[in-house]
Amino acid sequence: MKHLLLGDEAIAQGAIDAGLSGVYAYPGTPSTEITEYIQGAVSRQALPIHCRWATNEKTAMEAALGMSYMGKRALVCMKHVGMNVCADAFMNAAITGVNGGLIIVAADDPSMHSSQNEQDSRFYAKFAMIPCLEPGNQQEAYDMMAYGFAMSERLKTPILLRVTTRMAHSRAVVETADAPKEQNAMSMPENVNHFILLPAFAKRNYAELVAAQPRFTEESERAGFNRYVRGDKPEKAIVTTGIAYNYLMENYNPAMGCSILRVTQYPLPKAMIDRMVQDGAKEILVAEEGQPIVEELLRGMVPSEVVIKGRLTGDLPRMGELTPDSLRPALGLAALPTREKEAIVVGRPPALCQGCGHRDMYAALNEVAREYPAPRIFGDIGCYTLGALSPFHAIHACVEMGASVTMAKGAADAGQHPAIAVIGDSTFTHSGMTGLLDCVNANANVVVLISDNLTTGMTGGQDSAGTGRLEQICCGLGVAPEHVRVVVPLPKNMEEIKAVLREEINYPGTSVVIARRECIQTLKRHLKAAKRS
Amino acid sequence: MKKDIILAGVGGQGILSIATVIGEAALQEGLYLKQAEVHGMSQRGGDVQSNLRLSSEPIMSDLIPKGGADLIISLEPMEALRYIEYLSPEGWIVSSCVPFLNIPDYPDLEAVLARIRAHKNHVLLDVDALAKEAGAPSQAANMVLLGAAIPMLGIEYDKMTAGVARIFARKGEAVVKTNLAAVEAGFRHSKRSHLVES
Repeated sequence: MKHLLLGDEAIAQGAIDAGLSGVYAYPGTPSTEITEYIQGAVSRQALPIHCRWATNEKTAMEAALGMSYMGKRALVCMKHVGMNVCADAFMNAAITGVNGGLIIVAADDPSMHSSQNEQDSRFYAKFAMIPCLEPGNQQEAYDMMAYGFAMSERLKTPILLRVTTRMAHSRAVVETADAPKEQNAMSMPENVNHFILLPAFAKRNYAELVAAQPRFTEESERAGFNRYVRGDKPEKAIVTTGIAYNYLMENYNPAMGCSILRVTQYPLPKAMIDRMVQDGAKEILVAEEGQPIVEELLRGMVPSEVVIKGRLTGDLPRMGELTPDSLRPALGLAALPTREKEAIVVGRPPALCQGCGHRDMYAALNEVAREYPAPRIFGDIGCYTLGALSPFHAIHACVEMGASVTMAKGAADAGQHPAIAVIGDSTFTHSGMTGLLDCVNANANVVVLISDNLTTGMTGGQDSAGTGRLEQICCGLGVAPEHVRVVVPLPKNMEEIKAVLREEINYPGTSVVIARRECIQTLKRHLKAAKRS
Repeated sequence: MKKDIILAGVGGQGILSIATVIGEAALQEGLYLKQAEVHGMSQRGGDVQSNLRLSSEPIMSDLIPKGGADLIISLEPMEALRYIEYLSPEGWIVSSCVPFLNIPDYPDLEAVLARIRAHKNHVLLDVDALAKEAGAPSQAANMVLLGAAIPMLGIEYDKMTAGVARIFARKGEAVVKTNLAAVEAGFRHSKRSHLVES
């Protein structure tokens, strides 16, 4: 069957058709649509696939490993920075190995369209010493799921599949199977000690993982996803990874005659690189989406007199995603004639929606904060990060999921008052709860303001893990019940909200203020649905 | 046949539904298609664009090179100009003339429209007014814009309207009808202004 699918959707359909039993994920751009697509398919076709959102990437990774332990195929999806959250589980899953096939999808965001850094997840695959797939188009993304699950089971290793924004969020026609493969039956691991990482067992596992490396490389050379084509003028060679091949081909003229190595699977296919050198490569251009990992690795794989060009040498931009345009100078091509930019155009940054509860929360918080000489407000990851911009300019930090709570604590420990954390409900359950426990244990003088819109808003309104239970969670962590306050962020409640904030800022201990009102986007959707029924 | 199209607008305006309809018609025509979208943060009222590439030959890059677009279709006039570097020398701008005012420093509208008119191939239209005239709700304004772009798309009018009908079919006959009326209003406008200018 042919379908028009986003890269993310191709991954999802590929996983379903490969006999997936469970997807585990926390929403994050540009990975969210993988899980959403599977959820849609499950609800339409009543497929027996677990697909409920996880609380964070670490719980997702661990649950997926548990499903793999039982012999079934599991998928974990996240944005690149989610890899940091699940890194402990991920690194050690490489040591345990798998029973049922296990694929981890990391969606990187070079150029930081919706992220705070552009870390390259291929480093994680190399770090964990496991195979990595990097599809170059939507069809390959689909095909690589069945291949990846089979390889995972054959080589007893988790597989990292890495995509970038343009792959995740671009549509093309994908040819799919007519029906999903049957799911694996439940089965116990052959050797249970493989999953018990006592040092004595872990040493054996690690030695096996090290010994498996040549097999992983062979797989990269044989599977057919990596392709080497000798050119007529093989002294010049080009290595591309993932979608960079498409940008090369957009510009490439066969008369250039370069040898081309298209990499979409790692470890790097050493035999193909050796052949490229034997064919006479004197100069190799490396075009890769992300950080210059292949460019660095190649230096140790080819004779030192071979010139390697890429992002490190300035032949390609050091940062940001590649484009068809950014490759032209490196290929010796002039830029295409373009019209001049229009000077009249001004920036249009994203903003909080009109009618959004975060707006009223920030309006109240800003007024109260102004009553203190040097307030510090630590923000977090979500729509409300936009509170850093005009007109609010409300937050003084935003680093990673959950950092608001613990940074406010550290600031309070240093003597700062008021130290206020602003965190969304979903981010709070993702990574804020443990920080709040630290605050409680130290009775840190902080106010944790949970802006609760009952959803994971920024990524489009997915379920939030703590909805309906935030007060219980905070009290359970030990915050005094009289210092767990709830307000409704609406203009008419401004005076009440300000009074509550003032009281809790002046209380010398840990307090929580929950500003609760449904996300305006999900509210619209809910009202529409109610009207229909 | 090869058409590279930049769809532009402000997050929430509905550029992706224009892309969906064109994509549907293109697939029925047996064309290759690639469409890069923007999801995530900028959907919150920021500038958004989508690169839509149609071709009778396989398409490599998901992104359109600068100077390579045949057409900019924009739901907002300043947003049409944001991507002008991508427009090819003979390319067309088809844009709504209604500004989306959610920033404090929006430039003078007449100056913005004058800059669009300075590019020889353009169609400027008030999609909201045309939708209203056609008896279509304001949500169908993007279909007016789509209609206006049909003459430059390289896909026949009937094939496009069949695509519209298929896409909106699940929302019922009434919705299909109003959207088709919106498409027709845009198409007629474009034909008229096209004739005036050529």
